[in-house]
Amino acid sequence: MSIWEYANPVKFMRSSGAVLPWVAAGAGLCTVAGLVWGFLTPEDYKQGSTVKIIFLHVPAALMAINIWLMMLVTSLVWLIRRHHVSALAAKAAAPIGAVMTLIALITGAIWGQPMWGTWWEWDPRLTSFLILFLFYLGYMALWEAVENPDSAADLTGVLCLVGSVFALLSRYAVNFWNQGLHQGASLSMAPGERMSAIYRYPLYLSMLGFFLLFLALVLVRTRTEIRRRRLAALLARENRA
Amino acid sequence: MKALLIRDLRLATRSGGGFGLALAFFLIVCTLVPFGVGPEGGTLSRIAPGILWVGALLSCLLSLDRIFALDFDDGSLDLLATAPLPLEGTVAIKALAHWLVTGLPLALSAPVFGLLLHLPGPAYPWLVASLVLGTPALSMLGAFGAAVTVGLRRGGLLLSLLVLPLYVPTLIFGAEAVRRGAAGADPGTPLVFLAAITAATLALAPFAAAAALRVNLR
Amino acid sequence: MIELGKYAGTVLAAYGASLLLLVGITVQTLLANARARRELQEHERRG
Repeated sequence: MSIWEYANPVKFMRSSGAVLPWVAAGAGLCTVAGLVWGFLTPEDYKQGSTVKIIFLHVPAALMAINIWLMMLVTSLVWLIRRHHVSALAAKAAAPIGAVMTLIALITGAIWGQPMWGTWWEWDPRLTSFLILFLFYLGYMALWEAVENPDSAADLTGVLCLVGSVFALLSRYAVNFWNQGLHQGASLSMAPGERMSAIYRYPLYLSMLGFFLLFLALVLVRTRTEIRRRRLAALLARENRA
Repeated sequence: MKALLIRDLRLATRSGGGFGLALAFFLIVCTLVPFGVGPEGGTLSRIAPGILWVGALLSCLLSLDRIFALDFDDGSLDLLATAPLPLEGTVAIKALAHWLVTGLPLALSAPVFGLLLHLPGPAYPWLVASLVLGTPALSMLGAFGAAVTVGLRRGGLLLSLLVLPLYVPTLIFGAEAVRRGAAGADPGTPLVFLAAITAATLALAPFAAAAALRVNLR
Repeated sequence: MIELGKYAGTVLAAYGASLLLLVGITVQTLLANARARRELQEHERRG
């Protein structure tokens, strides 16, 4: 199996290589600027300085979900069109998504401590993110467990599909579950309320920064996967010769 | 189709087949919980619906890898894949066999374990109803997980990691139905959702599982 | 600096953990990529 002969990976390596420096620079700039700006915003009258956590929590949470969606799309592209780069991109994205989910969970918990008085609360949103984290772990574990790369790509692709359906289903089930038990408890976090401009713009900048960071990381990781596959293919051919 | 079902049932129920293991495990879990949380009746009756459902869920998990592993190892799965019966049908039959041997006995014997955990009286019929409605989904989703991990060394642990998140919706609605029954309230809504999840799972999971099997049989 | 008030520990913990994770995955990504590139180059040089 020599994927290097296919046009796709070569073109991908070339174009990603050209684009990468810009994306990385943009990521660094926006993330740092957004987080620093957010850090410097005034305190919220209700939540004190903890509102600053929003600049980490919201971008991370958004990326956690969007990365899974990206994995879903790239998995479908692989299953239908058999573009190897697509499968590798999904594989590459997963650890980034898991980290984003973890950041969302940790910042959510840390934020929750002074707000709710507890480190963890089975709030529907946090719980859904915990389930999403489990899906990421399972997906990554399956990639590692299956030896044949194409089979691994197929199985993880199917898992991503099934997982997406159940992630959605779990979201509704968890909402039902939490409401059913705690009628009227208002444990929603700030993002539900309208946000003043002071917070909105640093937030947008942070969101952009996180997105560009994901883009830079996934491009690098996909290139790594392509190189690894190339090496494996070369070694396999030599062993046979 | 019936021949396959009978064959699988016979395989599961002969000695060494693991039948009864699920029930024994269910018993162990229900025994361990009071040791963990204390024997106080009030506490137990509050958490009993959840414990019973989680116990049933874990017991189902135990025998999942057997659904395909034996046939995979001795080559019969390859034969089944090329047989006139579509692979999706084979998957469904095997999941049905698993349910008949695991989920159904669990559902029917659950009231006995409910007694151990001080489950409130009104809850018992809803316990059985929710388990009967929900365990087929557990078997079917388990079959999907088994199909994905068949042939992997130490696939059992990975199987649990993959399948347990899929069980969450069924668990939520199943346990909630029992809880509402215990409180004397109407458990209709969670039961309907539970049935819907099972129905959708039974309709769609065989296709995902068959796709995974085809990958692993290559 | 700017006053964080009574939630200083909370905010710093949140930022600290997040930055640790972000830097961590970035570093791991870059190291893995460098290693893959190096191994491929070595192999192609030898072959």
